[in-house]
Amino acid sequence: MSNKNRAIGDWLRHHLPRLVLSPSVAMTIFFVYGFILYTAYISMTKSKMLPNLSNFIGLDNYGKLWKTLNWQVALDNLFIFGSLYIIICGLLGLFLAILLDQKIRTEGFLRTTYLYPMALSFIVTGTAWKWFLNPGLGLEKSMHALGWESFKFDWLINPEMAIYTVVIAGVWQTSGFVMAMFLAGLRGIDSEQLKAAQLDGASTLQTYWRIIIPQLHAVFLSAFVVLAHMGIKSYDLVVALTGGGPGRATEMPATFMYSYTFTRNQMGVGAASAIIMLMTIAAIIVPYLYAETREKNND
Amino acid sequence: MKYNLLKSTMLASAIAVTLPAQAAEVEVLHWWTSGGEAAALNVLKQDLEGQGIGWKDMPVAGGGGTEAMTVLRSRVQAGNAPTAVQMLGFDIQDWAAEGATANLNPLAKKEGWDKVVPAALQRFSKHGGNWVASPVNVHSTNWVWANKKILGELGYDQPPASWGDFIALLDKAKSKGYTALAHGGQAWQDATIFDGVVLSTGGPYFYKKAMVELDSEALGSDTMKTAFDRMRQLRGYVDANFSGRDWNLASAMVIENKAAVQIMGDWAKGEFINAGKKPGEDFMCFRVPGTQGMVTFNSDQFVMFKVGGSSAKSQMAMAKAVMSPKFQSAFNVVKGSVPARTDVPNTDFDACGKKGMKDLAEASASGMLMGSMAHGHAAPAAVKNALYDVVTNHFNSNMSSTDAVSQLVSAIEGAKD
Amino acid sequence: MTDTLQANGVSSARFWRVALYTTLIVFAVFYLLPLYVMLTTSFKSLAEIRQGNMLALPADWTIEPWLQAWGKACVGLTCEGINSYFWNSIKMVVPAVVITTVLGALNGYVLTKWRFTGHKWVFALMLFGCFIPFQIVLIPMSQVLGKLGIAGDTAGLVLVHTAYGIGFSTLFFRNYYEAFPSELVKAAMIDGAGFFGIFWRILLPSSGPIIVVTVIWLFTNIWNDFLFGASFAAGEGAPMTVALNNLVNSSTGVKEYNVHMAAAIIAALPTLLVYIVAGRYFVRGLMAGSVKG
Repeated sequence: MSNKNRAIGDWLRHHLPRLVLSPSVAMTIFFVYGFILYTAYISMTKSKMLPNLSNFIGLDNYGKLWKTLNWQVALDNLFIFGSLYIIICGLLGLFLAILLDQKIRTEGFLRTTYLYPMALSFIVTGTAWKWFLNPGLGLEKSMHALGWESFKFDWLINPEMAIYTVVIAGVWQTSGFVMAMFLAGLRGIDSEQLKAAQLDGASTLQTYWRIIIPQLHAVFLSAFVVLAHMGIKSYDLVVALTGGGPGRATEMPATFMYSYTFTRNQMGVGAASAIIMLMTIAAIIVPYLYAETREKNND
Repeated sequence: MKYNLLKSTMLASAIAVTLPAQAAEVEVLHWWTSGGEAAALNVLKQDLEGQGIGWKDMPVAGGGGTEAMTVLRSRVQAGNAPTAVQMLGFDIQDWAAEGATANLNPLAKKEGWDKVVPAALQRFSKHGGNWVASPVNVHSTNWVWANKKILGELGYDQPPASWGDFIALLDKAKSKGYTALAHGGQAWQDATIFDGVVLSTGGPYFYKKAMVELDSEALGSDTMKTAFDRMRQLRGYVDANFSGRDWNLASAMVIENKAAVQIMGDWAKGEFINAGKKPGEDFMCFRVPGTQGMVTFNSDQFVMFKVGGSSAKSQMAMAKAVMSPKFQSAFNVVKGSVPARTDVPNTDFDACGKKGMKDLAEASASGMLMGSMAHGHAAPAAVKNALYDVVTNHFNSNMSSTDAVSQLVSAIEGAKD
Repeated sequence: MTDTLQANGVSSARFWRVALYTTLIVFAVFYLLPLYVMLTTSFKSLAEIRQGNMLALPADWTIEPWLQAWGKACVGLTCEGINSYFWNSIKMVVPAVVITTVLGALNGYVLTKWRFTGHKWVFALMLFGCFIPFQIVLIPMSQVLGKLGIAGDTAGLVLVHTAYGIGFSTLFFRNYYEAFPSELVKAAMIDGAGFFGIFWRILLPSSGPIIVVTVIWLFTNIWNDFLFGASFAAGEGAPMTVALNNLVNSSTGVKEYNVHMAAAIIAALPTLLVYIVAGRYFVRGLMAGSVKG
């Protein structure tokens, strides 16, 4: 009897770590991978308003998707938005982090100031931004009121330029977070190295360019991955700021998927666009995951 | 034995947990959240509360109800449909085809709905011969709302009769420094104007051919090209900040003497009334010039979804209350629309309301009553949205009408099946 | 730069210092402007908003919009303000954050100190879950919630946020514990401490920074979520963001910008507080955990 108990106890002790881990793994397999498979399957059916599992049509929806004008617009916008958003957030974040790293007296206040937009949902700040960018209510009107009559800032309602207002708002929201990541990276650099470099007569600029920035490669990578994934997923941002307009000028894959699936009764096409989004993200993330797990193998 | 007892207790408690509150109650999903609309809906709420039936409100903001449909889908998929859902046109048919709706036939038979609801509406309220929805009202979308004071200032005491007159009026308003056309740049509002423009340009037979039958030849015709050219003309009369503006804010511009006219369905009247304005005195209502005698309509209906147990009883009570002549009159007086029942007296309605009821009866008799494309009563959602894409893209860019027409043909072709 | 600074002496150094501070302040203004506009607008009367300059301070301060937003503003037919939705969000965010953080900490502990073959794969599997576009799970999720009987319910949202938050919390704790000396754990094992004993007595006491990072991250993400809230909860059970969107878009003829702005700030208050109070630990925690320099 007691032997048996001990055996159970041993078994439990031996397997306890995996038992603790298993609910999370099970949830992940079900809610992430199971759902991906389900959506992938839906994308190959003629589902309209609700999932229709019996009407299998292969890859037709994908063909339809690539012929849809809106999807082309969405992809173009994703390209414009994604590249500008990642580059500007990255550079601005690094720039601000370096400035803040110069023993600034009010660093705590400034850091919080740069970081706080990340704390707010765009559903919240979108109202203010929409207002601010609206030529009849916001910046343009204020400038006119101050006497600068020729001032013009109507990007929000200009179909050619509206996507750039989404970039501005996106940068405003996330660049502070990127700054925090770089700042953390800068603080992690061995100060002995810097002193040595300065003794060798390197200028501040040179020190940053040659010694510090190369050491931040891990931060660059993390920042890139975080920004890429946020960029592809941007939904709140577009919904709150432009609602996809003017016209369909600021349609993005995330809004495209939502509208085709839920308001246009073309769920199959919507699911296909979701799968394409997933594959785009996977193309960026999987190499990163690979590197991440490899790196950890060394220790 | 013991096991069974345990099992049944568990079952009972499971039921107690899963079933919603058992008090007589209806849960209503709707997008009537703006002033005039909310006031109108309150009439129904109070009616039901008088019968001891609670009202659980599920408002989903955003005109045209696009967000509302999203919430509904997840609720139905989750097996947790609301009692009644405000819905338009083909969406009703789509949901009924999914088997998600309740059957109102016994009630409809008892109340004689078949006789009092126009056939054009029944086409949407019934699926496979079964009543699935209670129509609340008939809106017509080809209305112009005008500020009487401004029009007087411009020398108009009669509405413009033709498209040319209309443009002349807009020109005068613009030159006087008013916003000539109050408009909100949202896809469905652009499309609402488009309804009127197509009807005015091509006449009723063209409208039916292009918008209802989706005939490629009509869609690609020169008439359609002219319609897009007229949209471009109208684009010149909106103010710079129209992008994304809600329709009721555009109405407010007319109410506040800032803009001369707005092209919008008759729900706009509710905003005028709510602001204390009087039809004929402060504002005028007339058909989009060139569409006199014709009506493009949409009908708000409460679709009854399958719900279990005692909820079904309150659901029937609600369906009945919606169709009662008293409610139909009271509601539509406030809302600006006209009753879905043809046997409701027009005594309580104002000048615009009386005109609306008369127009509807005449158009219905003469075959000039057509479903509105912009509001899902001419074609299913996929087609409707494909048209939205082209119309809104054209209106918001400098796309040529030739390109717009060819895009329209291919977009609708792609969305048809 | 330093060369020239030293060569030209103190006045040039001061010039650089001034330029540095100016740049920092200009950016601070850029980041603060929307919040400033929201705040000042929320204290203005509607008449003043209509006539006045967006950037000006209120001429007549009024607190009425705040009272309206909290207790009187109309969302649909009910005019009881947004306070009940505020509590909905609290009821959703607190359990979700607690559960996800605890699970993440345990997962991180197992994945670094109790490794088994294939632990890397398990980690990669979970990590990938962080990055999926959430749109992809909307269709099946609504069905699952329905089957479980928690659709349109706070419990449903807690489940959803836990399921998609675990990846991040596991990532944070794993990277943090990775750097934690394994010798201490081994020594404790030899002393006969068990699985939970080691976690409780050795790892947890030094996990402060990473707990802060995880809680901040989860709290803001879950509080601010709109997509799941809008898809899986409507009406009385809706979280704050959904109610705010309804309020802002359900205008009664005249848009009450001041009330909308006040409501928006109320909706943002909890996350703002978290950032202001715990913000400095955030950078410190990032340094120690997720970003390895």
